[in-house]
Amino acid sequence: MMMQKTFKFLSLFLIVGTVLFVSCRGEDDELAPPVITPLEPVVPENDSTVTEGDPTVDDPTIPGNERIKGFFLLNEANMGSNKASIDYFDQKTGKYCQNIYPYLNPNIAHELGDVGNDIRIYGNKLYAVINVSGYVEVMDVNTAKHVNFLTIPNCRYIVFDKGYAYVSSYNGPVKIEPDAPLGCVVKVDTTNMQEVGRVTVGYQPEEMVIRDNKLYVANSGGYRVPNYDNTVSVIDLDRFEETKKITVGINLHRLELDSDDNIYASSRGDYKSVSSNTYIIGKNDMVSKVMNLPCSEMTAMGDSIYMYSVEWSHITQKNTITYAIVNTKTQTVVSRNFITDGTDKQIVIPYGIAIHPETRDIYVTDARDYVSPGVLYCFNRHGKRKWSVVTEDIPAHIVFTKNRLTSLILD
Amino acid sequence: MKFVIIVRTGILAALLSVVSAVAAQDTDSIITYSLDEFVVSARRIQMDVIPVQTLSGQLLENLSAHSVADALRYFSGVQLKDYGGIGGLKTVNVRSMGSQHVGVFYDGIEIDNPQNGVVDLGRYSLDNIEGVSLYNGQKSAIFQPAKDYASASSIYMNAKIPAFDGGKNRDLKFTFKTGSFDLINPSVYWEQKLSDKLTSSLSLDYTNSSGKYRFRYKVDNKLDDRGGYDTTAVRRNGDIQLFRVEQALFGKIKGGEWKTRLYLYASERGYPGAVVKEEPGRFKHEDRQKDRNIFLQTSVRKRITDSYSTQLSGKYAYDYLYYESDTLIQKLRNKYMLHDFYISSANLFEILPFWTANISADFQWNKMNSDIVEFIYPQRWSGWVAAATSFDLHRLKIQASLLTSLIHETTREEKKDIRRDWRKVTPTVMASWQPFQDEQLFLRAFYKDIFRMPTFSEMHLAYMGSLSSYLKPEFTKQHNLGIVYSKNITPSLYMQGQVDAYYNEVTDKLLAVPGGVNFRWTMMNVGFVKIKGIDMSLSATNRFGKELTVDAQLNYTWQKAQDYTPIKVESDTITYKGQIAYIPTHSGSAILSAAYRSWNMSYSFIYTGERFTGSANILRNRLQSWYTSDLAVGRSFRWEKTGIKATVEVNNLFNQAYDVVLNYPMPGTNFKFILNIII
Repeated sequence: MMMQKTFKFLSLFLIVGTVLFVSCRGEDDELAPPVITPLEPVVPENDSTVTEGDPTVDDPTIPGNERIKGFFLLNEANMGSNKASIDYFDQKTGKYCQNIYPYLNPNIAHELGDVGNDIRIYGNKLYAVINVSGYVEVMDVNTAKHVNFLTIPNCRYIVFDKGYAYVSSYNGPVKIEPDAPLGCVVKVDTTNMQEVGRVTVGYQPEEMVIRDNKLYVANSGGYRVPNYDNTVSVIDLDRFEETKKITVGINLHRLELDSDDNIYASSRGDYKSVSSNTYIIGKNDMVSKVMNLPCSEMTAMGDSIYMYSVEWSHITQKNTITYAIVNTKTQTVVSRNFITDGTDKQIVIPYGIAIHPETRDIYVTDARDYVSPGVLYCFNRHGKRKWSVVTEDIPAHIVFTKNRLTSLILD
Repeated sequence: MKFVIIVRTGILAALLSVVSAVAAQDTDSIITYSLDEFVVSARRIQMDVIPVQTLSGQLLENLSAHSVADALRYFSGVQLKDYGGIGGLKTVNVRSMGSQHVGVFYDGIEIDNPQNGVVDLGRYSLDNIEGVSLYNGQKSAIFQPAKDYASASSIYMNAKIPAFDGGKNRDLKFTFKTGSFDLINPSVYWEQKLSDKLTSSLSLDYTNSSGKYRFRYKVDNKLDDRGGYDTTAVRRNGDIQLFRVEQALFGKIKGGEWKTRLYLYASERGYPGAVVKEEPGRFKHEDRQKDRNIFLQTSVRKRITDSYSTQLSGKYAYDYLYYESDTLIQKLRNKYMLHDFYISSANLFEILPFWTANISADFQWNKMNSDIVEFIYPQRWSGWVAAATSFDLHRLKIQASLLTSLIHETTREEKKDIRRDWRKVTPTVMASWQPFQDEQLFLRAFYKDIFRMPTFSEMHLAYMGSLSSYLKPEFTKQHNLGIVYSKNITPSLYMQGQVDAYYNEVTDKLLAVPGGVNFRWTMMNVGFVKIKGIDMSLSATNRFGKELTVDAQLNYTWQKAQDYTPIKVESDTITYKGQIAYIPTHSGSAILSAAYRSWNMSYSFIYTGERFTGSANILRNRLQSWYTSDLAVGRSFRWEKTGIKATVEVNNLFNQAYDVVLNYPMPGTNFKFILNIII
């Protein structure tokens, strides 16, 4: 009987013990190298689609080390996912590298952050504005390795002038209505990433441009639905003060400078009765033209501005997507499609556009459903598709670099 | 690797039973069967036409589980979405069809949440719950309200019904829980016999917890020697304070019984939000939520004649939710108020000894108010009529039911009142067959069509996006084939097992799609999901003499839930046929529970395989698999007439760092100390 009891208890303990042992720990997350997709190398000198006499491409006065070597693409990713990421396209090898930041900065906790919003290069540094994480990440442009950061809550876009960075932020001082704070522009010394000043602007400021030693910032007022802001704030850069507000249109977002120093401003409309629109602000800081052209994003190249718009139609219960090219000399629309081979029908939600300064290749990103990987399309200057590649979630912002990334071994 | 572990654990559980069976066999030389030597188990797997799983009685009480959500983790075919912490939202998804398809019933009447379509199961304490059951399809007892036919799966929380032994007319239980997260939780459960025909139960619960716990995010660098990162932080703003009162009365009438319950719940909690990168300590995350819930429900059941019984139920509920958000993005303060009124009549007819039929009619009114911008003020009038019939031909049982749903909705859009109507008729068929007279072996199958209405939140989001709240219901189609078997292998060893294989489809699945009026989101019925799965449950109860009882339970689910949303453009192939978000291919659990004299122990283990955060099943979207183990050890004492029980729980024994939902870390090892005093 004792033997029986002992045997039973022993077997019980044995089994319990083994189950305990077996059920130990799960796996930890592991660092992954960037996913590399081979595409087409870019060789501007041999590009047969480029016409002779094109000023930028065959210009022998541009030294080799000033040529474009590739671009960085910032994927925004959905809020709360902490999946903002940077991809890199290497022109020489034609390799597209996804999500390079964690691999190049393995010791940085939580990688790049939540919701990337802008990416720019100034001097020898690469700047990424990470909106929900509330900071500007600064990297060495040659290696994409972290060198500095500055916390700016709800930061949106960044521009540079004379050694200073200017960052627009939704989070200014709290005004009387605590639910709608005025925004601000923060002035940062790029040598040490210290804030040196800030100026209050309108509500929920977005993109900025600099012209004639003045900083222009589009105030959207997006949190104050349906009472959107409708102004562009003008800041004198010497005094760093807001000198005036130009009344333009509601819910402003994009600002773009053309080759004649006119500012194109885009309005998102009120999404119902007031449609999206494009405005031109002349050199006298007054609206010189209302184009009656919807615009979600635009980019200037030569004497043109390429743009697209995504607008919801509650009649068709679908998004209406349009593309356009505006001739900035005549200030008229000269083309209703810069994608000429039907690929535009494959693009679900265009989210970013960039044009290669040398080859004039057109890059358009597709954010698709915002919660799964997007796609980057490359078209030649005649609008024919060259290649496409799957990116990360919500591919959005492209910046061309003249410094080839040395921290990844690609050839 | 993970599959091997599941198989190993399964073999071990089976081994346990076999070993103990072998050991037990030699004890008795003369086998005499007397009633008290048969093992009466807590009937975890019922011999039912429809797949059902139950956790009840001692097994449930000894388990390291405090809310219904904790208990549901041990069922197969279930995915729990847990946002972490005591106050964190916990919802359940059955067979990957979506958590809004699960009907949750408290003491026989459905808890509705038309606002979000899900019930926060973390709120329902197990203190006054006798058992929790999960039915795939619908409960096979046809004498039930029409709404019991109206969900793809149902969870029943069965409240304790007072029962007094001997001459006692009162049972009073004081409980005090404390432990990790600065938990203070005193509660009282009082059963009182008021007369021969009337009993009462009162439940009071106060919980206060800071919700603070350490969590860890770690990335290993196995590629080179630059190292990775390993960061720990403290989860803040996860505090909760709640107060709950439930007063129920149970009465007997001639030929029947009635019960009525008043439920009051008030709480305030913080929502810590997703863990994302930010300068440590720089930002305060102080989302707060306040809830006030009250409901009154009544049910009367009476046998009128030999062949006719009727049940009348009614409920009124009011829910108030206040949400405050003070993030760097935007300050929001919103209130949401929900009204709910419900009545039901079920009528059972026993036409022939082997043939019964039921006709039920239910009516419900729901209304929601809120102060959010451009709210649609939805109101819904719903009627359900269910006709069911059941044939019990000894070894063959067949049931069929037809549910007619009529829904009338009004909303306020663009300052106009919009009216919409739906009418749907959906069938269910189920059958079970016992092939061998002497064996408790049953083969069973069921088919069910049902839908769920869009939630008020989805309608509001659709309206904000497309200026129209018109959305279609989401449909599910379920096909199930299964086997159930139970056997008293020896007088002291009882085993039961069930295996069900199923194929389900979800059509017109509501997905948030980008674009829309606000250039953010709108809702559309565009999704299509195909689900294949196998659910397995095995349990054994073994008595070793008179002093030791061991229960073992094992669950395993294999699930393939794939995104078949139609391809419109080439890039849709990125997600096509991918496993949908948060559904693991392999998952399982095990419970090992033992009672020896005045001691009891429960060791439980949960495994969730790797999942993806979206239908694009790429490495970047992969969430690691996780296992956790919980251990509870308790001892009962008697001090004069008072019963005392002390329990110590150690949860997440091996300090596994894991997220159920991306960026919502779960607590590491944590403790609970429980003291029960029973008078």
